[in-house]
Amino acid sequence: MTRWKISVDKHACISSGMCVAIAPGRFVLDGQQRSGPVEAVIEADEDVRDAAASCPSEAIRLVDADTGQPVDLD
Amino acid sequence: MTVESSPVKFTPALPGQPAADIRTISGDRPVFRAELPDGRIVWLVSGYENVRQVMIDQRFSRALAVAPGQARPGVEMFAAGSINGMDPPEHTRLRKLVASAFTVRRIDALRPRVASIVGELIDAMLDGPQPADLVTGFSLPLPTQVICEMLGVPAADLEQFHAWSDVIIGDWQRDGDEIMTALAELYGYFGALIAVRRARPAGDLMSALIAARDDADRLSEEELTAMCCTLLIGGHETTANEINLSLLLLFDHPGEAAKLRADPGLIPGAVEELLRCARLGNLPPARMTREDVAIGGVVIPAGEQVMPLIGTANKDPLVFSDPGRFDVSRDAASHLTFGAGVHHCLGAQLARVELQEAFRGLIGRLPGLRLAVPASELEFKPGMAIHSLRELPVRWDEP
Repeated sequence: MTRWKISVDKHACISSGMCVAIAPGRFVLDGQQRSGPVEAVIEADEDVRDAAASCPSEAIRLVDADTGQPVDLD
Repeated sequence: MTVESSPVKFTPALPGQPAADIRTISGDRPVFRAELPDGRIVWLVSGYENVRQVMIDQRFSRALAVAPGQARPGVEMFAAGSINGMDPPEHTRLRKLVASAFTVRRIDALRPRVASIVGELIDAMLDGPQPADLVTGFSLPLPTQVICEMLGVPAADLEQFHAWSDVIIGDWQRDGDEIMTALAELYGYFGALIAVRRARPAGDLMSALIAARDDADRLSEEELTAMCCTLLIGGHETTANEINLSLLLLFDHPGEAAKLRADPGLIPGAVEELLRCARLGNLPPARMTREDVAIGGVVIPAGEQVMPLIGTANKDPLVFSDPGRFDVSRDAASHLTFGAGVHHCLGAQLARVELQEAFRGLIGRLPGLRLAVPASELEFKPGMAIHSLRELPVRWDEP
């Protein structure tokens, strides 16, 4: 099973809440309404891929946890 | 937890009038049942956290709220066939097709083009007579030109599609047949335009959407047409009136306007404060509960219409100190004017860039910009979805 590593650039995040709505349980907003992953390393999850592809500020980075290669967002 | 019985009659304030204090109407309850002037019974939700929850929590469905058979104004009939009236996963599939064209990075690359359109419109105003109508001379053509160029729609057709758009998103008491006729005509217009682009693709968003349909079958023909209509209407009605209402706010607060003239570096922050304070519409897109949901101390049963009152979130004292004060130097960026969750405004960054460049141009090049008539003489079009000014007559000091 492929594992992904999620990171969110808090400076780029514009608090749209898009990721929290698309992939509930995978992302959480902090006190400043900035997003971050609930768990940084997860089993591959299409909702998380959708959340990264839909992020208006391209703040979500997804890489293969084992190889470090970027995950295709299409 | 209680489930309430009798709805409170709720008539939204007219455009240009101060908003009613919702806590007075509701007896200080953040969530309560209300009867709207069109007879709909809805749960009104106020306060920052509650409003945010309704928009992010997928137990509140957009698709159910706009489904055929539901009582809905024209703007919701329009939403029913579009991305604005869908839930995940259908919504996500369509949103991903257009998301990349509207990212912060891609829109920032359009800023020089937006600034150049602003410059041309102000040149024309300076060459023309005073007073001038800012609606026809500036606030409407700016976003219209920008979205037409992005989408690949001839801006020359502006008056035609504006007439349809007025019928569709305008007066919510309007006859349903009239709205459906205008919708059908707008869809027909786009059907013809899509056929032209299909034969001769260009570098615009419409061509990219056609390719997503024809090459990869990622959306249906009807979804393609609906997407183009939504982008066109969503891309100009809101921004045009946000410019108008923002200017009215600045005219009412000359001290704040003077700060922007003295330091244009304050403009991006001021745009967030204007977005927080200007009341662009009264009634937000409704949601419907999929199941019983506890919120704000009550349980809303399944199958009920819910409206998150964004204005109350933007004036929540827990989030914005002294929320009634208009202050261009405060940090207002956490306002919920663009919504939140999957329906967070696709064009948020485009609107920000357009508003920033608009005020940079208007404040920088039209010194002493002011209303040419008393504010009480301004007329709004009927309708509750967007507060749309018919005309905004202005004067400025000759250089």
